[in-house]
Amino acid sequence: MGVVTMDERLQLAVNAALERFAASVQEFRGEVTLIVPAESIVELMRTLRDEFGFDQLVDVTAVDYYPRQTPRFHVVYHIRILAKSIVLCVRVPLDGNAPRLSTVEGIYPGANWYEREVYDMFGITFTGHSDMRRIIMPQDWQGHPLRKDYPLGYEEVQYTFNFDQISVRKPHPKD
Amino acid sequence: MTEIREVSVDELRHLVSERALEGDTMLLNMGPQHPSTHGVLRLLLELDGEIVVSCVPDIGFLHTGVEKNMEAKTYQKAEVMTDRLDYLNPLGNNLTYCLAVEKLCEIDVPPRAQAIRVILAELTRLNSHLLWLGTSGLDLAAMSLFLYCMREREKILDIFEMVSGQRMMTTYIRPGGLWRDVPVEFEDAVIQFIDAFPRELDKYHDLLDTNELFIERTRGISIITRDECVAYGITGPILRASGMAYDLRKALPYSGYEQYDFNIPTRTEGDIYARYAVRMDEMAESLKIIRQALNKLPFGPVRSNKRKFVPPPRSEIGTSMEALIHHFKLWTEGFSAPPGSVYVATESPRGELGVFLESDGGPKPYRVHFRTPTFANLQIMPILTRGHFVADVVAAIGSIDIVLGDADR
Repeated sequence: MGVVTMDERLQLAVNAALERFAASVQEFRGEVTLIVPAESIVELMRTLRDEFGFDQLVDVTAVDYYPRQTPRFHVVYHIRILAKSIVLCVRVPLDGNAPRLSTVEGIYPGANWYEREVYDMFGITFTGHSDMRRIIMPQDWQGHPLRKDYPLGYEEVQYTFNFDQISVRKPHPKD
Repeated sequence: MTEIREVSVDELRHLVSERALEGDTMLLNMGPQHPSTHGVLRLLLELDGEIVVSCVPDIGFLHTGVEKNMEAKTYQKAEVMTDRLDYLNPLGNNLTYCLAVEKLCEIDVPPRAQAIRVILAELTRLNSHLLWLGTSGLDLAAMSLFLYCMREREKILDIFEMVSGQRMMTTYIRPGGLWRDVPVEFEDAVIQFIDAFPRELDKYHDLLDTNELFIERTRGISIITRDECVAYGITGPILRASGMAYDLRKALPYSGYEQYDFNIPTRTEGDIYARYAVRMDEMAESLKIIRQALNKLPFGPVRSNKRKFVPPPRSEIGTSMEALIHHFKLWTEGFSAPPGSVYVATESPRGELGVFLESDGGPKPYRVHFRTPTFANLQIMPILTRGHFVADVVAAIGSIDIVLGDADR
């Protein structure tokens, strides 16, 4: 691993995460990623913010690896030290069966909407979240669109010989 | 038949105060079709008389499934979707996406392409700020300003049309460089614009800076502190208006921004007027950057030579068999990016625009996520509006500079 190029402060943070939280580390294109178990995410984030100065939560998102990998989901956090512009990526693998994770809203209030988006798009519930509703899709929507087993909608092509046939089963906006 | 779903206040019990449930305060929907919500933002306001007690933003009316759609397209074809995210910053979106693909695939970009990217990104910033100035001025009843801003913005759109053939959905910046070199008239057109623009900028200052009505509606309204900004992940002009000189063009320079000399305008008040002042100063700084980039615009190719990722020039296709094969492969199957994930961020007119791109080794992105500035910035609406008048909500929305296409994706 090319740890020589890593910033000193980032190196300290990574070392602490490795020792205290059973994390593992990856490096790709100069970006450092910590992979941590789900139960230690809140404590890890608190340590990173209070001891190492990661004061900004940049982003929370998720990736669905269905059906290639188990555990199925990775929740991906990006946090940053504003003064030095160092970005650290934290990944949490999560099982696909009723996935749930503790919220980091208590540490970074800005996580509120990001976690709602992850819930909306992937169906990952964040326990302890203050407002766990859908944010982008309508409240009565079925399913979670960014999961890999959620189909991408296609429209059937109608030709003259099967125009009426398809017209019957095609959903129409009036209904 | 689709059923209309009834929403009861019980669902939102945790977001409004106790008094709303007793009928002591009034719940009022603002939007989604309110003209001052700049698109389709719905705000659920809890009002005590004319004072806002709480504000619950509801977004998603402009959701188009961009992230899901991009997973089904090759890297080049997916780029077309990025224009449609933040429709006031099309070239900035192209740039961010291309930087992510370039980082993932380790594609180099020739210096001429980088300089042109910077010029276009700054023109896009001017375009976006002009529309913001016009519309948020209009919200505060500064009518004539809107027309002046639109007139200048038209000139920028003409430049975009000149280089890419499109006024808004450009897709001009491509992974590895640009679609093609700029036409010969480009430099003159840009010089003409930046020579004339400072006078226009002075006009806008004259119209607003000493305008009693404008100052009354903006000074001391919707204050947000620096610490709140950091906690909520707020970036861009809002953060800078709260006293923090943070700009990704300086902090994590991309596309050669480190070569240019410019300042980060800041204010410390954190109110609407400070946000206005920061954006106005940013326009002047953008002009400085454009002028410098034009002065040392290098000659040379505008596309990388990595033929496995970047299509060959049109002229070579007729004479070289390899070029023909590469062209065919790239536009049918696409290129395979190495497996891994990257995060790239740029400074959009609204704040940090980030792209999280994950590849599984195939020709289509496995996961694309946009960290969009409007999404993050809209979260502070409750803080900005609490305790202010309903009329100030309009000013607060304008000062965040929202683009709903950016928030809903």
